[in-house]
Amino acid sequence: MALGRTHAIALAGLSGAVVDVEADISSNLPGVVIIGLPDAALSQARDRVRAAAVNSGCGFPSHRVTVNLSPASLPKHGSGFDLAIAVAVLAADGAVSAESIDRVVHLGELGLDGRLRPVSGILPAVVAASAAGYRTVMVPAANADEASLVPDIAVVPVASLRDAAIWHGGEFEPEPVEAIARPAAPAPETAGGDLAEVIGNVDAVEALLAAAAGGHHVFLLGPPGAGKTMLAARLPGLLPDLDARAALDVSSIHSLAGLPVGDSLITRPPYEAPHHTASAAALVGGGSGLIRPGAIARASDGVLFLDEAPEFAPSALDALRQPLESGVITIHRAGGVATYPARVQLVMAANPCPCGQYGARDSECSCPPMARRRYLGRLSGPLLDRIDIQFRVARITAAQLRTAQDAPRLTTADARARVAAARGAAAARLAATPWRLNSQASGAWLRAPGMRLPPAVTVDIDRALERGGITMRGYDRVLRLAWTLADLAGADKPTADHLGQALYLRRAIST
Amino acid sequence: MATKDVLGRRGEEIAAQHLTAQGLTIIERNWRCARGEIDLVARDGDVLVIVEVKTRSGLGFGHPLEAITTGKLARLRQLAASWCEAHPGHWRSIRIDAVAVIAPREGRVTVEHLEGVF
Repeated sequence: MALGRTHAIALAGLSGAVVDVEADISSNLPGVVIIGLPDAALSQARDRVRAAAVNSGCGFPSHRVTVNLSPASLPKHGSGFDLAIAVAVLAADGAVSAESIDRVVHLGELGLDGRLRPVSGILPAVVAASAAGYRTVMVPAANADEASLVPDIAVVPVASLRDAAIWHGGEFEPEPVEAIARPAAPAPETAGGDLAEVIGNVDAVEALLAAAAGGHHVFLLGPPGAGKTMLAARLPGLLPDLDARAALDVSSIHSLAGLPVGDSLITRPPYEAPHHTASAAALVGGGSGLIRPGAIARASDGVLFLDEAPEFAPSALDALRQPLESGVITIHRAGGVATYPARVQLVMAANPCPCGQYGARDSECSCPPMARRRYLGRLSGPLLDRIDIQFRVARITAAQLRTAQDAPRLTTADARARVAAARGAAAARLAATPWRLNSQASGAWLRAPGMRLPPAVTVDIDRALERGGITMRGYDRVLRLAWTLADLAGADKPTADHLGQALYLRRAIST
Repeated sequence: MATKDVLGRRGEEIAAQHLTAQGLTIIERNWRCARGEIDLVARDGDVLVIVEVKTRSGLGFGHPLEAITTGKLARLRQLAASWCEAHPGHWRSIRIDAVAVIAPREGRVTVEHLEGVF
């Protein structure tokens, strides 16, 4: 029986499906046929596998080789199937043990010299292999670190096809080769500097703390040079380390995006700041063939910062509305469906008008009122409605600079401790619910008898609701923010003061 | 005669012996027409077999069977039709076979016979 069968993984989004790779050698003129919906890169495996097998001295059958990738209806992308195809062919040819390859999942791209090249998306692929019940996975040597991050699965790193064949019982002399390495990982960026570098703007720092503690989305409005970007870049530093599940998700998306993961899971929240020319597909993900994660997926469990938000295409911004609400983004394309996590904390920054000076104390705005209205009107109401903290950042004055220089300032480490304490208090209160952060709690739950605040405390927002100053949804968001402010202050319940602050943090723009 | 032609002749001779040993009857060798040449024409029961022989002295330039391209196969198919035109008769079916002969200057000769390659 000239048949070899092994396994590989086809990724769709972060979830992987096991693909059976079968190779059959039939008595016909030499040739390789790959069937089972391969894309262009995978079809070219034909030539890579042949050259790699010949050049690594394993030999390639001089007959017709048919490679089937099943399930045949699942579209398959990329070069990560090369190793599986090669060992299946060698097994069909009798060069390696067919039983041995059937127990192992193979991932990796082959070079023409027979060495294995690292591929992207190893982490989610190995997770999928482990979930499907496989106990051994063979990966390129350069991906070994990343693959080893998955528990309960044995990782076999190999440098070349020859090594892989020897591991599977092929009778070849070992021939040491230099393994192809991944390009060195750039030094991890220290997330945006320390909070202590923010001078003046005490209110803004408090608003940022509240955002970090409650997981609230933030909108910063202010003239150029007020420090909006500086503040936003410091938000990831305030967030606590990622938990195990989030770390795996973040590292998987990192791996899928082709970025080096290294030998440990990523534990710090990611920070993505796409340029304002980004398209909707760039933000939420997409692409023909392989559906790539967009900025919102790469920023999942971290911060997505949209600087100059009104300059983004309105359609691109509105594409964020649904994933912001649900925490996942599902992308449908002709070739398939991919689901990525999208649990981002959104930070948007904008100038108040095209010239940027409106509302600044020290200079005059030259925009006509209509231009001003149109500028912020580019941010749709439904999107702004999802943002709990809308805060106006002012340029600091010379006097503020002088007084602030001597005053003690909050460092990122101290702030992170305060955020962690506040998150702990919120998590304890929310323990019986599916939520962990104040921003996730439903309004109905916050207004339920057990949680309801006394009318004396809520009188201000009750009146705002009555007058139509805030909507019912806005009312709930003020309540959530007030709980966060109470958690930060170490209070059991929000006071009228906290509600007042929350209302102020929410309505800074609409005045 | 060039060395490669000598090798080709030797390969065809070896292939013919191999096919005869397999129970085929060689009807004609090196049949030529305007479209080209058929290396061997044989009979396998009531099946007409058109045989393309490829000979190499080694594997340095790949396996001989790799040299049979789709273009070559298409030409063989046309040649088969021409042969039938020139030799009226009745056949149950017509088959195109390929024979690879690896004949090193010294050492063992290997013959590989593929049936029905088109």
